[in-house]
Amino acid sequence: MSDPLSNSSGAPHRVGSDRLFYWALGILSGVYVFLIVAMLIADATYTTPGTLVDSLKSEKIQYAIWLSLISCTITTILSLWVAVPIGYLMSRVEFRGKAIVDAILDIPIVLPPLVVGLSLLILFKLQPSAWLREHVVFEIPAVIIAQFMVACAFAVRTMRATFDHISPRREQVALTLGCTRGQAFFAVVLPEAKRGMVTAGTLAWARSLGEFGPILVFAGSTRLHTEVLPTTVFLELQAGNLHGAIAVSLIMVFAAVAVLVLARAAGVRNWGIG
Amino acid sequence: MIVVSSLSTRAGAFTLDDISFTVKSREYAVLMGRTGCGKTTLLEAICGLKPVARGRIELDGVDVTQKKAAERGIGYVPQDLALFSTMTVREHLALALRVRRWEKAAIEGRVAELAELLGIAHLLPRRPAGLSGGEQQRVALGRALSFRPRVLMMDEPLSALDDETRQQMYSVLKNAQRHEHVTTLHVTHNVEEAGKLADRVLKMEGGRVVS
Repeated sequence: MSDPLSNSSGAPHRVGSDRLFYWALGILSGVYVFLIVAMLIADATYTTPGTLVDSLKSEKIQYAIWLSLISCTITTILSLWVAVPIGYLMSRVEFRGKAIVDAILDIPIVLPPLVVGLSLLILFKLQPSAWLREHVVFEIPAVIIAQFMVACAFAVRTMRATFDHISPRREQVALTLGCTRGQAFFAVVLPEAKRGMVTAGTLAWARSLGEFGPILVFAGSTRLHTEVLPTTVFLELQAGNLHGAIAVSLIMVFAAVAVLVLARAAGVRNWGIG
Repeated sequence: MIVVSSLSTRAGAFTLDDISFTVKSREYAVLMGRTGCGKTTLLEAICGLKPVARGRIELDGVDVTQKKAAERGIGYVPQDLALFSTMTVREHLALALRVRRWEKAAIEGRVAELAELLGIAHLLPRRPAGLSGGEQQRVALGRALSFRPRVLMMDEPLSALDDETRQQMYSVLKNAQRHEHVTTLHVTHNVEEAGKLADRVLKMEGGRVVS
């Protein structure tokens, strides 16, 4: 039998250093982390606090901030209302055609954002939704619908991953204790899914805040009407006002960081996407 | 009394066919068998958590084969205990009584009675995280007994415990069964457990249950 401490020629088996491996990992990771931080520093140093304050005083930008905050919050609530039942259904129930439904639920994630907007525009040209067109298309509801179509898909994925991680055994025990399916869901499953709901809501909110393509196509970019923060950045760039665009971008950076910090404070570590 | 007659059930590729056995009223029966022989599937079928293809399950003379799990009146302690991480021990013991709309005072009385019987009164405000293995076992047992079920089913309830805690749990289980007058089916592959607890030992061999 061969000696486990020797190589094929009988010489002692030598184990090389792991240092190179960790250096390679460190350099590759470091480049990406550096790029993220450098990007934020570049934004922050390109403009001055004065410009930022001036931008914040602008009526148009104030309107965009409020519309963004309100539409993102409504989108988040709607997304959770839809994502919790879909996520639970997809996690727990086997039915014919489930694989197809699963693939359909991923479409808004993989579809190019402009195509989502265009598809919504066409949907509201056709019956039976055409009668709603004048109240929706290029109006504020269009902002929320455009945000919802994409944000909800992310929330659904997160909620499904959340329910997949909760053992169905707990619901089974609740059933033997005399609970209906609904009672087992509300008494046992939903409280255990709380952290997943915070993650899904945070993700939906952050995703909605940055949504631009579908909003531009479906809701338009009318100032003081359907203008949200990404639209403002676009309009300011179009007008050649780079400082204004950066100031608004920084507002979005602050909002995104605030959401990230809040989510971390709520104990969110894994975004459950995948 | 538990009467299982010609029961057939399926779990994925695994099938149990033509299982029959009886556990007398207030008897403590231990069902033994090798890992993977279908003990858990059988227990789940009796509890109403697995569909039954053929056969009949009777509890105290009532045919429950087609009844929902919630209507069978079986206390169930699964192998992994499946405690509810967001509930306190008190809430675990009260859940079955709350869904049965017991009066608040009656719920409090029953929770106190069980907590004393199982020695977990000092744990009532705590959640499962941080409880020891033996304490978690007692909570799962209390939850299963809370609504005074006629039958108690336990799936390898002591398998994860150290030897000392296991010895303590023998007397807890026996006491609880005597106090609650509950017909018990306890699944295990541990011979010592069967020797300490069983009024009668059932064995699962070659797809059959034999005494």
